[in-house]
Formats: sequence, structure tokens, C-alpha cells
Amino acid sequence: MSEATTTEVMPAQGAVPAVAGPVVHEEHEHAGPRQYVMIAVVLAIVTALEIGVSYMEDSLSPNLIILLLGVMAAIKFFLVAAWFMHLRFDSPILRRLFLVGLIAAPILYLILLATLHVFDPSL
Amino acid sequence: MTTTLATTTAAPPVPSSGHPETNTGISHTKLAFWAFLGSECLFFGAFITTYLLYRGRDQLLDKPPYPRDLFDIPFTSVTSFILLMSSLTMVLSLAAHQKGDLRQMRIWLFTTALFGLTFIGGQVYEFSHFVHEIQKINPDGGILSTNLFTSTFFILTGLHGAHVTVGIFWLLSLYARSLQGRLGPEKAEAVEIAGLYWHFVDVVWIFIFTAIYLVPQH
Repeated sequence: MSEATTTEVMPAQGAVPAVAGPVVHEEHEHAGPRQYVMIAVVLAIVTALEIGVSYMEDSLSPNLIILLLGVMAAIKFFLVAAWFMHLRFDSPILRRLFLVGLIAAPILYLILLATLHVFDPSL
Repeated sequence: MTTTLATTTAAPPVPSSGHPETNTGISHTKLAFWAFLGSECLFFGAFITTYLLYRGRDQLLDKPPYPRDLFDIPFTSVTSFILLMSSLTMVLSLAAHQKGDLRQMRIWLFTTALFGLTFIGGQVYEFSHFVHEIQKINPDGGILSTNLFTSTFFILTGLHGAHVTVGIFWLLSLYARSLQGRLGPEKAEAVEIAGLYWHFVDVVWIFIFTAIYLVPQH
């Protein structure tokens, strides 16, 4: 599995440091092919479940189907972003940078949809 | 008397990360690319929101075709699965490159491009089938302007398809560079950045596929 190592980055001699003192960040080893294949198997299973749930309109309420599909899409997204895109292993700065867009976008658009009465069942 | 100031600058240490020394310890290219991906979330979010906003409103106007008239869920599920698995081949390509196994890297890179081409082929087939069906229902109308569904559907999925196409060209260019010997182990970041882009178009499709095809139609 992954092993955490701490790297201390010192400014090059003669260079003017932009920040006071050394910058410390963490680097982790990435997963191996075996873990990647296991993640892909989980993704395949979740995708099969998603498609199965979408055909259960007669036995499940539409709201429950939407909820289940949303949760499963989020699981798939998390697995790809964390493992395949290495967010789980890379520097936290990258994670935070991406999370800004990722959190800002749904909040912004959910407010927009609510403003336009998309969630109003009478419409 | 002339005084000469001798400036001695030590050679910068050879970075183990494969990129020049930075204040954050992270490559500027990688940092900028993650910021770009964050902005892409907002870009695709806008089009997904527009689709959801107009979803089902065509029934109120009684202006077909409706999604249920056109969608072939099993077919799109297969092409979506192929795109999802292309993320696996992409990350295997990067892992091989980081280990210095350039032959394996090339095989997985080409497989990823091939999976991407299969997805785009499926989308082209789907689009041409939909256009044919729309023209049967509405022979005098345009395609994009037929109704709210066709406008939002073709623009959202078309933009995603354009992103996948750019990704395919990117991967094939890396493959060609590798064949020319210009993608050695020291260029791991080039493969990593291309991989980030490829995984991103894959995760965007996860949400598009769910929102458009799987969520129950009205």
C-alpha cells in the first residue's frame, strides 16, 4: 500500500525565497496496477447497479431512484478522482484547488435551479 | 583598483519530482492544470444545469420527440462502460511510464485512445440515429431547434464529445512522441497531465450519463 514520506523543499542557493522558511508538503507513493484493477472492478459493479436501478421504475419511487443514482454517481466520481487522478496521494493543495470548483459548481447551480422552481413538483 | 565581485551560484539540486524547483514543491504546470479542471467543473455544470432546467418541459408544449422516443439505454451503457474502463488503461499507462516500462506505457496509451475512439464512434452513431428519428417526427424543423430537449441534449453531449476528441488527439500525439523516443521516463509529467484530462472527461460523463439517460423520464 501507499507509504507516506515527508519532503522538505529548500529554496535554491542564491534565489530569493518568496515565502519565509522552507515549504513542507507531503508526497505519497501512488497505488499499483493491482489496486487500479480492483478499483475498476468496483466501478464496473456500481455501473451495473446504476443501470439496474434505472430499470426499476415500477417498484421504486422516482425520487428514490434519483437519490440512489446520485449516490452511485458520487461513489464512481470519488473512486476515479481519488485513485486514478491520484488526489488521494498528491499534495493537499491540488485537492483543495479542485474542491473549490467541485463544491462551488453544485452550490451555484442548485441555487439557480431552486430559483427557477425546478424542484417544485406542481410544475 | 578594480574590484571584481565573483558571484558563485550553486547548481540547483536535481529534483526527484521531474519538474523544476517551485515554492510549493508542486509543478506549476500541474497546479495550473488542476485549476483548469476546477473551472471545467463550472463549465460543464452550467450545461448540465441547463439540461435539468428544461428537462420535461417539452411535454408541456407537446412538441416531440421526447427522450423516451430516442434513447437506447443498453447501447449507451456499453459505450459509457468503455469510456469508464479507458480510465483504467490510462492510469496503467502512467504507472508503466513511472516504472520506466515504455513498451507497456505505449500499449496502454494506445488502448486508451482506442477506447476513446469507440466511445466517440458510438456517439456519432447515436447522433445520426437521433437526427434520423427527429427528421421522421418533425420533417420541416431543424435539429438543434426542434425543441428544448434536442437543443440542450446535443449541446451538452456534443461539448463532452469534443473534449473526448481533443483527448484522443492528445493521447495519440503522446504515442507518436514515444515512438520517436521523445517521451522518456523524465517526461512522466506529460503523461500525468494528459491522464488528468482524460480522467476528468470520464468523471464528467459519469454525471452526464446519470442525469440524461438513467434518471427516470417524465
